Amino acid sequence: MEKILSRPKALKDFPLSYCPGCGHGIVHRLVAQAIDDLEIRERTIAVAPVGCAVFAYNYFNFDTTEAPHGRPPAVATGIKRTNPDKIVFTYQGDGDLAAIGTAETIHCANRGENITVIFINNANYGMTGGQMAPTTLLGQVTETTPFGRDPQREGYPINVCELLAGLKGTKYIERVSVCDAPHVIQAGKAIKKAFQNQVEGKGYSFIEVVSHCPVDWGKTPLEATKWVKEEMFKTFPLGVIKDETK
Amino acid sequence: MVKKLVKGNVALCEGAIAAGLDAYFGYPITPQNEVPAYMSRKMVEMKKVFIQAESELAAANMVLGACATGKRAMTSSSSPGISLKQEAISYMAGMEIPGVIVNVQRGGPGLGNIAGSQADYFQAVKGGGHGDYHLIVYAPANAQEMYEIAYNAFDVAQKYRNPVMLLCDGIVGQMMEPVDFNKEPKTKFEDRDWILNGCKDREPRSLKSLLMQDGVLEQHNLDLQKKYKTIEENEVKAELYQVEDAEVIIVAYGISSRISKNAIKQARAKGIKAGLIRPITLWPFPSKIIANYAKPGVKFFSVEFSLGQMVEDVKLAVNGKCPVDFLGRAGGGIVSDKQVLNKIEELAK
Repeated sequence: MEKILSRPKALKDFPLSYCPGCGHGIVHRLVAQAIDDLEIRERTIAVAPVGCAVFAYNYFNFDTTEAPHGRPPAVATGIKRTNPDKIVFTYQGDGDLAAIGTAETIHCANRGENITVIFINNANYGMTGGQMAPTTLLGQVTETTPFGRDPQREGYPINVCELLAGLKGTKYIERVSVCDAPHVIQAGKAIKKAFQNQVEGKGYSFIEVVSHCPVDWGKTPLEATKWVKEEMFKTFPLGVIKDETK
Repeated sequence: MVKKLVKGNVALCEGAIAAGLDAYFGYPITPQNEVPAYMSRKMVEMKKVFIQAESELAAANMVLGACATGKRAMTSSSSPGISLKQEAISYMAGMEIPGVIVNVQRGGPGLGNIAGSQADYFQAVKGGGHGDYHLIVYAPANAQEMYEIAYNAFDVAQKYRNPVMLLCDGIVGQMMEPVDFNKEPKTKFEDRDWILNGCKDREPRSLKSLLMQDGVLEQHNLDLQKKYKTIEENEVKAELYQVEDAEVIIVAYGISSRISKNAIKQARAKGIKAGLIRPITLWPFPSKIIANYAKPGVKFFSVEFSLGQMVEDVKLAVNGKCPVDFLGRAGGGIVSDKQVLNKIEELAK
């Protein structure tokens, strides 16, 4: 029997330590698949976040570096500017990218660095036990919003895609989800496009993945993906928010 | 060779460029604005990388990224901006990523003022960032040293896979002095087996400082300490000025060392046996050299543009064998050679 599908070469044969039912594993595979399809594994350098994916270098089968919390876009800038022939991407959570790293996120995008940014939005800080994130929904209960997110006290969730779309330096922005098979397929296409843009020198590409976090949301995986569809999509609508690559 | 009259800050730039600088990442702050301004023109003309980053901390992280791939990168700032860089510095030390950070010190704490200062000694030498680590710290005292030390800094950083700091001060940065630009531009760099440059024909590499497994972080720290010991044994640099028969020995670096030399000349003219030990590396500190001159009857004092930071290391080096006094000014106040001479005379009695 012929093997027609296997683990992407860009993913190591190493057990993932993500929670059962977490979206990270799916996105890792989609990223690795895109890198395999584009045959760029040997010239890819990734910047890992601080967050659940801090151990990304254990899973990705190419050069990776750690970065201080929130700083991957700056680290990626340093890497890409001095090595323009390399494919450089950051893989970041909502705290890393939209809280502590907001300035680095915006200015990397504003400079139009020719990199790819994969943004995992699961509406909380997973690694540290489920505290409020900039993308936590109004009314959502978290470790630091035990009474539910209150706009008076905590402000509103941030739509990062729309925020970055206003910057001329950004060329491709799409929001996707991995809550079920059709969405996973669309996410895979978007992620591949985001890497392809870099290969073709088309500029800054940003993919926001609305992802599920069953354990910290206190839900089963099925309840979690349901909540993504029924609640998160209301605040974070899917689709191509910006495409200037044509 | 013809010397050129340049600002210390500009001499620093030329040294880094001659060392094969691939990238400069900076941010405006007085009194080092000449550095990003000069680099913004020179680096772009040379088709190298220049970015005025969104903040000092972003610039430091850009250095981290560039150096992780084996490129030569530098950032500069002044006191409050250096505080912002501490997180990235700690990471670079833990990840063993070489990079050059320049602090042209100004008055502090907080926003302070824009006058020259030496009050970041503790920050540079005793930590600044979190964790058990050391920066290799140089203290240029004039424009020629700004050029030469910057030129050598990248080799040292790469040799030890450790970040290097140039602890300058606003006065040396701003002074215009003749500099002999006598260094051959570096073009050949050794291969390194740890850099991230794409996993073609090799296993993937990763750079990290997060070491969670039992005992791994402790071992890493012990390995770092071994490295630091090697650096201490090999990289100490100091200038000895009239110390052989000195009864009063000043320990001073940077601008305060030059003022002290003036005072020593005047003291010698009066028959007082005064001398100077000028650390050129602040870390590793020339403790053994100082200890060597801590003979009975000798009196030490440090001269600093601070309220007493390096003096603690002098005391440690002297180890109680001689008295160690202190003379300093804070907040950009300038210690005059007259004040230093008075102190020499006071101790010589």
